[in-house]
Amino acid sequence: MVETKLRLDHATVIVNQGQPGEKTILDDVSLTLMPEDFVTVLGSNGAGKSTLFNVIAGSLPLTSGSLFLGEHDVTHLNEAQRTKFLARVFQDPKLGTAPRMTVVENMLLAERRGLRRRLKNRGLTEAKRAEYAKVTATMGNGLSDRLDMAAGDLSGGQRQALSFLMATQLRPEVLLLDEHTAALDPKTSTQLMQVSDRRIHEEKLTALMITHHLEDAIEYGNRLIIMSEGKISLDVSGEEKKKLTVTDLLNYFNRY
Amino acid sequence: MGILISAIGQGLIWATLGFGLYLTFRILDVADMTVEGTFPLGAATAVTLISNGMSPIIATLVATLAGSLAGLVTGLLYTKGKIPILLAGILTMTAVYSVNLRIMGQANRSLLGKTNLFSYNFLKGLPQNFPVIVVGVVIIILITICLAQFLKTELGQAFIVTGDNPKMARSLGINTDSMTILGLMVANGLIGLGGALVAQNNGFADVNMGVGTIVVALASIIIGEVIFTDTLTLPERLITIIIGSIFYRFVLVIVLYIGFNADDLKLVSAIILGLALMLPRLRSKLRLSTFLKRG
Repeated sequence: MVETKLRLDHATVIVNQGQPGEKTILDDVSLTLMPEDFVTVLGSNGAGKSTLFNVIAGSLPLTSGSLFLGEHDVTHLNEAQRTKFLARVFQDPKLGTAPRMTVVENMLLAERRGLRRRLKNRGLTEAKRAEYAKVTATMGNGLSDRLDMAAGDLSGGQRQALSFLMATQLRPEVLLLDEHTAALDPKTSTQLMQVSDRRIHEEKLTALMITHHLEDAIEYGNRLIIMSEGKISLDVSGEEKKKLTVTDLLNYFNRY
Repeated sequence: MGILISAIGQGLIWATLGFGLYLTFRILDVADMTVEGTFPLGAATAVTLISNGMSPIIATLVATLAGSLAGLVTGLLYTKGKIPILLAGILTMTAVYSVNLRIMGQANRSLLGKTNLFSYNFLKGLPQNFPVIVVGVVIIILITICLAQFLKTELGQAFIVTGDNPKMARSLGINTDSMTILGLMVANGLIGLGGALVAQNNGFADVNMGVGTIVVALASIIIGEVIFTDTLTLPERLITIIIGSIFYRFVLVIVLYIGFNADDLKLVSAIILGLALMLPRLRSKLRLSTFLKRG
């Protein structure tokens, strides 16, 4: 039997507990990811997708339930501690990169994700620069020609590509993609989606991806879940997922 | 001529304040008001220790340490106490006022001819005002090298990114609270050092000498930025602060020369800073109008 990668066990989040505004935003969710699972997450606004991500990333504490990485209980770890095994790409290009620092500086920072920051030179050598030039060239969007440009001066697509690269530079056990192509124009979005997919496969990463794009949800990944009202209402994988069509999904959404 | 030499010396020792504020105001992107309490704290500590017979070098180091303690208090109030930074700084600044009176035991205290950093025997042969320049240059070069090296370390980069994009910093596992506290401590340490230097140069410390120091420190940063508008590396930027600080002293000399008296200096300082802050906007406006004229 293959060991599980990430396991969310009866996870519940209740906000404003005991007050008039009490609301259960994550309702007894259990989710198990196997190694190399690439799960697309669908759901209408307020369905609990972001809550699910925040709970896994540790930026939102669980009211009850627990989270396991492999066999280890990581429920008690805070957001900073979880970055040792987890990386995340946000929807907003502004959130994933430091605007006043250059592309290489951003990448150097990402290389020590979750590790102690030492009182030691950051190590921007020629070899490092050449390595970064090579990695950024795989994104195919001109990022490699702009290594010394401030991240704030990049285009939205380049910034998101950089955020994605930075998240995968130091191999994460779990990668969270939070609508990371949503803010981009259709062409750039498709391009980044394809590059992301290729890298997830090449590096054999375990990933969760929130999207509102039904075609993407069907085309990418080996498993698809739909969230509604704080629960996972649909969970399909393998052959069954491959057979899904946009119409199926639309029908499903209209029913709920 | 003598007055210009004096301005250079003053500019050099006051540049430590510009460095301190650069770390908080520009890199961390927080407005730290602690400065107005830390400056006299450094001065009071150094003067009291020296007049009690301590070596000027150790007294100056203790003053620096005292400054960073004030920074620690503001940092804790801000990050752990969740008090807005402006208010956290004002709280510390106000509290430190009483501490300063306790340290000195009175509202001001003179060095009474004790040897200070600028009056060591080997400096005595130099013409007037030159000891300040020599000591000032040595100290400012040391600080520039240390800061430039620090900012290039992994820790330094984590500190910079905390000010640039805290959310991303946290997603990379950086403890932004610790970085903010570290920045406030280093910054206020530098300002405490500035207080100690200025007090030794003046020969006394006064509990009210902190008033307006934020404006002076900011002026050296902003003047540097207005003169050098290109994209600069961090070490280069630190050097522009030194130049800005000296330039600011020159302007004050000129202002006094054309007949203003010393009581007007705070008003003049505020006007200089105000103008320097507005200059980038004014400049782009002017450029725009010439562009329109050309059609």
